[in-house]
Amino acid sequence: MTNAGTLQVKTAGDREIVMTRVFDAPRQLVFEAFTAPELLKQWLLGPPGWEMVVCEAATEVGARYRYEWKHADGKLFGMGGVCREFVPPEKLVATESMDGYPGESVVTTILTEQAGKTTMRTTVVYESREVRDAVLKSGMERGAEASYARLAELLKGHGKRPEQTAAR
Amino acid sequence: MVIQPHGYAITASRNLDATFAALADPTRRAILARLAAGEASVNELAAPFAMSQPAISKHLKVLERAGLVVPGRERQRRPRRLAVKPLAEASEWLEGYRRFWERRFQKLDTLLDDLKKKEKRQTRKLRNKKQ
Repeated sequence: MTNAGTLQVKTAGDREIVMTRVFDAPRQLVFEAFTAPELLKQWLLGPPGWEMVVCEAATEVGARYRYEWKHADGKLFGMGGVCREFVPPEKLVATESMDGYPGESVVTTILTEQAGKTTMRTTVVYESREVRDAVLKSGMERGAEASYARLAELLKGHGKRPEQTAAR
Repeated sequence: MVIQPHGYAITASRNLDATFAALADPTRRAILARLAAGEASVNELAAPFAMSQPAISKHLKVLERAGLVVPGRERQRRPRRLAVKPLAEASEWLEGYRRFWERRFQKLDTLLDDLKKKEKRQTRKLRNKKQ
């Protein structure tokens, strides 16, 4: 298995999260993996114990998508939204809201290809800083090691003003 | 984008809010990056910026209020130094989020490898048919 590059996550501005990662595949394939339900089901997984039970993708502007996961103990979790831009194989923009939680975020994914590899840049714009920080907090794993090395990395990426996304 | 089996903690810690707010400014991030290399006085901190000392002091105040910067040991020069804990907390949260997504993307790596192999096989088949 090739691991083309590990994920980088940064906060930008007050209410954004930016994720960047390289995949060792042409962007046509990456785009398909992001939009075809039979492929999404194979990687858009939850924490251990959760299974993806609903995967309705949106493949045109204005269409709704819906994802649901089910835990072994019967608990359900779902999220969905509306597709705002669908430009194969380079750009996806969609709103996103999670069941039981207020607010909606806008997710913009841009795929660029170079020498057969694809760089994904996903920007999530939340309604407020509070919501973004709550999402970050929810992603925290117990026992995650805080280190100076991570701090340095966090600061390194913060030299420039974050650019505005096309999502708004 | 996050599956949260235990429910969202909407009540984000006030500290973290202050940390991210303080980090939202490029000058303040540059100040923190400088302090990561060691203690520095206000004058030393102001030097690389085209900014007045009061302007830098204002940024320092925001950083101090967020608990990111604390007074250093030398009293006369009044240097500032980096406080580790709040930033460590913020980076820890980012790290948890990163790991959650990285796990997914590693699955995607495997899937993409399979798709590439399949595509190659299909092209080969087509070529054989043509011959």
